[in-house]
Amino acid sequence: MGSSSSSLNKIPNAQELMQETGFSAAHLLRLYERFEWLDRDNRGNLSPEDFEALGGLAMNPIGGRIICAFFSPGQDTMDFPSFVRILAHFRPTDRHRNKGGTQQELPNSRNRKLKFAFQLYDMDRDGKISREELLQVLRAMLGLQVTEEQLQSIAERAIKEADLDKDDAISFEEFKKSLEKVNIEEKMSIGFLQ
Amino acid sequence: MHRCGYVHFWLLGSVMLICSVSSAPGEAVLTHQRSSLKPSEPSFRLNESEHAPGSNITGIPIVTFKWHHVETPYLVTVWILVPFLGKMVIEANHHVTNFIPESALLICFGFILGGIIWGADKVQTFSLTPTTFFYYLLPPVIIDAGYHMPNKLFFTNLGAILVHAIIGTCWNAATLGLSLWGCQIGGAMGDLNIGLLQYLLFGSLMAAVDPVAVLAVFEQVHVNDVLFIMVFGESLLNDGVTVVLFNVFDAFVSLGGPRINAAEIVKGIVSFFVVAFGGSLVGVAFGIIISLLTRCTKKVQIIEPGFVFIFGYLSYLTADMLSLSAILSTTFYGVFCQKYVYANMDENSAHTVKYAMKVFANGAETIIFVFLGISAIDKAIWVWNTGFILLTVLFVLVYRFIGVFLLTWILNRHRLVPVELVEQVIMSYGGLRGAVAYGLAVMLDEKRIQEKNLMIGTTLIVVYFTVILQGITMKPLVMWLKVKRAAATELMLLEKVTNKMFNHTLVAIEDISGQIGDNYMRNKWKDFEKKWMTWALMKPSARKKQDRVFDVFHQLNLKDALEYVAEGERGGSLEFIRNESASLDFKKKFEDEYSEIMAYMSVNNGAVSRDPIPSVSLEMHEQTMKAMREAEEVNAHHLLDQHLYKSRKQHRHRFSRSHFDINTDEKEVQEIFQRTMRNRLESFKSAKMGVTPPKTITKHTKKEQQHKMPSGQSMGKMNKSFSGYEAGIENLAFMPDLDPTGSMQIPPWLLASELDSSMVAPSPRAQASLPRTPTNLRRLAPHFSTASFMLENILDTQQSDSDEPLPPPRNDGSM
Repeated sequence: MGSSSSSLNKIPNAQELMQETGFSAAHLLRLYERFEWLDRDNRGNLSPEDFEALGGLAMNPIGGRIICAFFSPGQDTMDFPSFVRILAHFRPTDRHRNKGGTQQELPNSRNRKLKFAFQLYDMDRDGKISREELLQVLRAMLGLQVTEEQLQSIAERAIKEADLDKDDAISFEEFKKSLEKVNIEEKMSIGFLQ
Repeated sequence: MHRCGYVHFWLLGSVMLICSVSSAPGEAVLTHQRSSLKPSEPSFRLNESEHAPGSNITGIPIVTFKWHHVETPYLVTVWILVPFLGKMVIEANHHVTNFIPESALLICFGFILGGIIWGADKVQTFSLTPTTFFYYLLPPVIIDAGYHMPNKLFFTNLGAILVHAIIGTCWNAATLGLSLWGCQIGGAMGDLNIGLLQYLLFGSLMAAVDPVAVLAVFEQVHVNDVLFIMVFGESLLNDGVTVVLFNVFDAFVSLGGPRINAAEIVKGIVSFFVVAFGGSLVGVAFGIIISLLTRCTKKVQIIEPGFVFIFGYLSYLTADMLSLSAILSTTFYGVFCQKYVYANMDENSAHTVKYAMKVFANGAETIIFVFLGISAIDKAIWVWNTGFILLTVLFVLVYRFIGVFLLTWILNRHRLVPVELVEQVIMSYGGLRGAVAYGLAVMLDEKRIQEKNLMIGTTLIVVYFTVILQGITMKPLVMWLKVKRAAATELMLLEKVTNKMFNHTLVAIEDISGQIGDNYMRNKWKDFEKKWMTWALMKPSARKKQDRVFDVFHQLNLKDALEYVAEGERGGSLEFIRNESASLDFKKKFEDEYSEIMAYMSVNNGAVSRDPIPSVSLEMHEQTMKAMREAEEVNAHHLLDQHLYKSRKQHRHRFSRSHFDINTDEKEVQEIFQRTMRNRLESFKSAKMGVTPPKTITKHTKKEQQHKMPSGQSMGKMNKSFSGYEAGIENLAFMPDLDPTGSMQIPPWLLASELDSSMVAPSPRAQASLPRTPTNLRRLAPHFSTASFMLENILDTQQSDSDEPLPPPRNDGSM
């Protein structure tokens, strides 16, 4: 498409982004348009308030966490490359990619997807999911149906199941191990982000 | 084998019975004069009631042989019995069933039976009639399939399933009919008189993949979920197409070639939509009825299960009456109502439904296969036409492969997880034909279709080819191609929680990136369903606990409880009541000890054969969980209620109904309390009399691991207090890593939340081990206030303790 290549010029570092994340030009363009739409004040970057404009996100039990996951710790603005990089996590895993081809790990590899999920739990980024953090997630998702003591018991039990080194918290390795049977590629992918 | 000997005996005996019976038609009453019999059997005199009018009675018959009274029910029952016996014999030989699927063996058994009957009668008196098949044998199988359908998997892949069912079946029918007709024109079949329309009709009845056969063969192969659901779903949903095609071409054949014009063809297409959607709607309507009904059947729990079957059957018959697709109707009935019925019904009723359904479905399937075998031995249908038969078999196979590959290639471009090549091979190979095709073939009108017998014979040969040959080779093929098998999923809480989180995450990401995708729609549907449908169709009490994570948690706890009790019983009549310090840790430490228990429990499972879990970990296999849940939870609950603590009433949802009524329970628990309490009192008093200061219970210091008490009412002051798992066995007394000196835990079963009298009952060992330092002086024993466990209150109670050694249990909620 002739127009797309000129529109791509609007996006800084388009080629690098495409290579880094694996998005096609069409997708990148679409994401850029979305970025601009979210960016109400046309600042060129997004802040958490822009996300709050999305109604559905407000109703999402873990909406707040996801928004936080978009922003690196300490910053409260996000530019387009970061936006794309986070979304790249949700690309379906390419099955036919030759393994030796890429130098760096693609954002949508299983490991990176798991890392993203891990960070949704681990808000303080200390590398471990403590009981309190797990409890917060549980409370957010189940709080309406399950009482507080039960939540605590569930958190307790979940940690006990996964915690192999008995430090009363779940590290990334333990997290990975407990999810090894889960088809992460399917569960953490969105179809259109091809 | 010893056991089998008797079975063979019975088998032959029953077959002989059938033969003798069937060779004595038309005999009315055989009266025997048995004066030698004891005259003191007046009951037999009642048999003498009906004699053929006009027969001469020379004396009063004491016993009469009234065959004609019981002929029909007797025959029916014997004909149910014989296949069951056959199945029993077959299942006893596992080394054979590993290679040859049971369905194939049942067909062979049918051959033998058919041969015997043929030998006795020279005519096939028994064969699978369409009426019997379509109205009595098929419905149970479909009801079972629908009710136990994995909904999530089904709807996720519904698009692919529908494409295969509709387009695939049409493709099969068209290509088969046309190719055969082409071959006839080419002269490959000799001198046959079959027109194009008849070929198309034949093609349409041969095209349908059969659910019974698919179930029977895939059951033993255990391919992965997605593959199974695609083939099985297709086999169920293609009935809509088959019915339409068959009826349309049947009508065309009657109308004759010249009368077919565009209008008729359009009508045919329209009828497809009507049949398919109409059938599904009928099913959903009945599903709504049964869901609403189970909301109100609390008082008739004993026959509650019956309703499910009745309405399932009614949905089948109603759809058939309206000439809609009966299989679709019953399938969607089951798919729709499973969730609500399961939630609304009492746990026992739910079990009953599940097991009864399995009995009927399995039984019907067995009978179907045996009769398929018997029906072969019928000289009338032994019309041989090499070309026709061989070409049919060939085309059926080839076009199935082509169809599946084509469609999957198109579908894969739109699927998130594409279907791999080997899976496509298995999908094609798994397109088995079965009794539905045979039933339809027998329903052909021989006046219009002269070669009906040839068609029936060919159909049977194709069925045998697919079920026997393809069935036998399916397992080796699957293993050779290294198809992904069904993963034994273990149940882990973290996994479930993270799954839930993934769902939410995906919805959020879709929101952020501004696209309306699958997850968004699914979320919307879930919200709608939760808001309206669950509200309407589910009992309020059942509505509360609909969360899967909690479900998993609860099941895990129940399972722990069961193991715990089993271990306790092994140790000698539930020692842990007397000796709470019996430290049982459910971690992997105690692997060896518990492997026995796990073996014991896997023996009980029966239904699922798997490797015994080597460690009693908190993970378990989801496959067995389902079987376990049904089989064991009643046991678990019995044991729990009898000997352990009481779980909270408001969370006593479907897994915790007990067989005893509430009052008895309370008495029992109270009795255990009082017994234990008395023991403690003895020791307390004797200790008090002596010089030793009263031993006390120190509250377990607040750590991260706070277990809350399951008592609901006394939560007011209890936020820092000692806690135990809700419905769980694990409690701090049994955790060796806790500081024994600093803590004394109340075993949760000694707490009755209802009675909320909390017993402090330290074991003798614990008492001995508590250090008797002044700072640790706490009060021991019967203080019925749970508040005693609060650090701040300890000092207060210390004074009042000595004054009231034995306060009566206070049953009010203020503690």
